[in-house]
Amino acid sequence: MAKQTALYAKHQEANGKIVDFGGWDMPVNYGSQIQEHQAVRQNAGMFDVSHMTIVDVAGPDATAYLQKLLANDVAKLKETGKALYTGMLNTNGGVIDDLIVYKMDGWYRTVVNCATREKDLEWMSAQKKSFDVSLTERPELAMVAVQGPKAIELVKQVKSEAAELIDSLKIFQGLPKSNWFYARTGYTGEDGLEIMVPETEVAEFWQQLLDAGVAPCGLGARDTLRLEAGMNLYGNDMDENTSPLQAGMGWTIAWEPADRDFIGRSALEAEKAAGVAMKQVGLVMESRGVMRSHQKVVVEGIGEGEVTSGTFSPSLEYSIAIARVPAATGDECMVDVRGKLVPVRVVKLPFVRNGQKQF
Amino acid sequence: MSNIPAELKYVASHEWIRVEADGTVTIGITDFAQAALGDVVFVELPEVGSDVEAEQDIAVVESVKAASDIYAPLSGKIIAVNEELVDAPEKVNEDPYGDAWFFKMEVADAADLENLMDADAYAAACE
Repeated sequence: MAKQTALYAKHQEANGKIVDFGGWDMPVNYGSQIQEHQAVRQNAGMFDVSHMTIVDVAGPDATAYLQKLLANDVAKLKETGKALYTGMLNTNGGVIDDLIVYKMDGWYRTVVNCATREKDLEWMSAQKKSFDVSLTERPELAMVAVQGPKAIELVKQVKSEAAELIDSLKIFQGLPKSNWFYARTGYTGEDGLEIMVPETEVAEFWQQLLDAGVAPCGLGARDTLRLEAGMNLYGNDMDENTSPLQAGMGWTIAWEPADRDFIGRSALEAEKAAGVAMKQVGLVMESRGVMRSHQKVVVEGIGEGEVTSGTFSPSLEYSIAIARVPAATGDECMVDVRGKLVPVRVVKLPFVRNGQKQF
Repeated sequence: MSNIPAELKYVASHEWIRVEADGTVTIGITDFAQAALGDVVFVELPEVGSDVEAEQDIAVVESVKAASDIYAPLSGKIIAVNEELVDAPEKVNEDPYGDAWFFKMEVADAADLENLMDADAYAAACE
């Protein structure tokens, strides 16, 4: 029996098409995922992301523990509420999960993926060892992502008591307001907020946003938006057998200070020294058809790669993909789309940011 | 609940078949199929004049989510295709039993029509 979020009844009321996602009953769309996608690019849309796992890390050794656990360095976070994106690696340098860490006053809030919840918690507990830290899951918090050019304005309209706090947020910063938490983060390539709300209050909040004109959006639109924004999806674009250096996550590795011995560091250093074999790129196919994950990429005279995420881009109206290809790949390659080798362009990610084409 | 018109015939691969007054048949995909696919973004059609076998994959419908083959429900000859779907694939979602017909066929053996499912049988197959 799949789990349901506190917004399940709201999804049913809005005719959400429910699918199983990592053990949760979640809406994949409420009619048209393309219209939901456009709502986020042009106005404002909201997603129930209550299935994601919030884990608070506290205790005197919280900073030292996270500096060991994570490939990015929480010491970079100077201001309260500032966040960073990071991989949590195994000793081979493979990605156990990707997560966001917010620095709070003397503690940290992390948000990890739902499908990886159990193995993440197990790994995080196992790494506590001699560190004096506590890990506290926060299942009583629901989470709503409100995204799009009008998102912040509409949230402020609905939650006027938080308007001042919301105005003070920098990009990639989150702050509490009584038992709510407002973060200027997201997974769409648009400005917006991710808001953690006590689950007893979230249905009312969702309804207020609906009344204000925010469009409910499902997992389908969430996927096309993040893909256009060039953001990885755990399990598709990287997993425990993928090096972050081959998954477009090189920028999240904090190599300095050189003596910070994070888990996976030595494996990544060895990989760098030997030469990183593959790289992550964007692919653009302007002809008909749609690239899909696991399709083969052929780079003439160089080798082969794989599409890790592919879709039809509602903003560009043709197919785009994230792929892992040989490091020497140039501007063009071919993708095996349903048995036909189709020439495609190789571009730098992202494809779309703040409503604008980026390549 | 998806819409399953009583006057049409169906096959398990989710195509509908309308028998026209002149004995030719018109074929499309069902409301159940379009809902399962989600937003349709490309349609590939068979060639007019081609001879096809029942259960042969002869067309493709591609949504944001997935590509899906369309099968000939009967053996015969393709006599017309709906070119409008190429430029307006969203019609498959909007009007699966009307504007969004895929192709028309001349049936090789009219007796094959007896093997198609009626609306009740198809409704049961969708459950």
